[in-house]
Amino acid sequence: MNNNAYKENLISRRKEYPEKVFKGIFLLSALVSVLSVIAIIIFVFSKGLQPFFGEDAYSFLEFITGLKWDPGNDVYGVFYMIVGSLLATLGAIVLGVPIGLLTAVFIAELAPKELVAFIKPAIELLAGIPSVIYGAFGLGVIVPIINEISPTGQGESLLAVICVLTIMVLPTIISLSEASIRAVPKSYREASLGLGASKTQTIFKTVIPAARSGILTATVLGIGRAIGETMAVMMIAGNNIGGLPTSIWSKVRPLTTNIAMEMGYASGRHQDMLFATGVILFLFIMVINITLTKLTGKLGDKGRSK
Amino acid sequence: MSDIIKFSVSDLNLFYGNFQALKNINMKIAKEKITAFIGPSGCGKSTFIKTVNRMNDLIEGVRITGEITMDGVDIYKDMDAISLRTRVGMVFQQPNPFPMSIYDNVAYGPRIHGIRKKNVLDEIVEKSLRQAAIWDEVKDKLKKSALAVSGGQQQRICIARTLAIEPEVILMDEPTSALDPISTLKIEDLATELKQFYTIIIVTHNMQQAGRISDKTAFFLNGEVIEYGETEQIFNKPRNKKTEDYITGRFG
Repeated sequence: MNNNAYKENLISRRKEYPEKVFKGIFLLSALVSVLSVIAIIIFVFSKGLQPFFGEDAYSFLEFITGLKWDPGNDVYGVFYMIVGSLLATLGAIVLGVPIGLLTAVFIAELAPKELVAFIKPAIELLAGIPSVIYGAFGLGVIVPIINEISPTGQGESLLAVICVLTIMVLPTIISLSEASIRAVPKSYREASLGLGASKTQTIFKTVIPAARSGILTATVLGIGRAIGETMAVMMIAGNNIGGLPTSIWSKVRPLTTNIAMEMGYASGRHQDMLFATGVILFLFIMVINITLTKLTGKLGDKGRSK
Repeated sequence: MSDIIKFSVSDLNLFYGNFQALKNINMKIAKEKITAFIGPSGCGKSTFIKTVNRMNDLIEGVRITGEITMDGVDIYKDMDAISLRTRVGMVFQQPNPFPMSIYDNVAYGPRIHGIRKKNVLDEIVEKSLRQAAIWDEVKDKLKKSALAVSGGQQQRICIARTLAIEPEVILMDEPTSALDPISTLKIEDLATELKQFYTIIIVTHNMQQAGRISDKTAFFLNGEVIEYGETEQIFNKPRNKKTEDYITGRFG
């Protein structure tokens, strides 16, 4: 009896103590990322918005609509960079989503096991390659090819960027699409095949529509990856100092590379303007993330029943 | 009046790898009748019904020997699975409507088979839903998700979806096992209606159900057909001791 009372007491005290400590550790860990995000936002925005306020303010309108970037003459226009970034991303998605989706279908539905055992590690490896290697590959292989065929005789171009970004978004799109295709209930496939549909018809009319929420998520994440890519793109974009891209052969200067190229030596207003470029980039990423949250929230609930 | 034979099964064996799931099945299935397969779980009745529309082809490692003919044509040798399945429709154990509208569910089959015209599709959808005795319940919500209605309604939508491809045969694999008693009765009534035009084969766990709706009954045990005959005879005067034991509830 005595023994028991002693035990109870000890256990309750023993339990309470580490519970609180661990709760604190968990909370602290969670705070690291939240605080980082807040710190980055404050830092980038306060630096990046600085040049548009005060006495010697630079017109925000000129900044956002400008077609020339010439820090030497105090000219900072990023519109052509925004266009370059968006076109490069669009191109990578237009090419990458169909290729990625078909690959995912192949892996999930059609390929024999031995082939899957070969393709999947290859795709995982693709995801793990550092972006500087992609850039080097682009510079060493893709740029020379475009050099040959381009009417401008210039390999560094929007097309080169699109090619490399397409390869870079593939792993994201493939793995997420594959997971969502595998999650489609077997009963849908049986129902379709039972109605006399072929395997291909079943894939396109039943499986892909049923997996669309996952495929959309994959696409949005792919967009995020493409628009934020810096290193690989910097090596092959051409990074012109002004002018809208007029064709796939044009040089471009995406927002990311603008920051990466000049941040090392910039100072004063020049440096602030690079942060301002970062603000624009940040806004794009935020739009993408909000879209993603909406998509997954909405389709997660309704995807099956819509 | 003697029956017209729709399917003739001879010496059918089916193996999953090394496991023999069906043993030497011989059976003739009558046209425009309801044939019920009964037996305990794992006896092979579901496996057998799936050989009739070749759904077992989809499972890896399945090997089939013997012969099944439909109207005298060998369905494994002289017919491809796709055209077979347009003639032999199937209703599954769990209602499995696609995650689309009721209309699109029913129109799925016709669309797959190349029907594009809106007015033709409208007609098929209405006719199929009427035949499946669910038109009145869903006519105002054809554009709504098929997953938003009750399980019993979903199953009748699935039957309508099958009817829309105008099959000759309807296979029902325990179509009411996931439904409540009232929905079950509706499906049974429907099956008795439909047998005027369709050959129906139904797998069921529910012996009363087999007794209520079928013309012929086959009793399966361990992959073999123990007894096959007129439903009345099977239920009232079973010839085999094992059938009698099962019918009277002594095992299974």
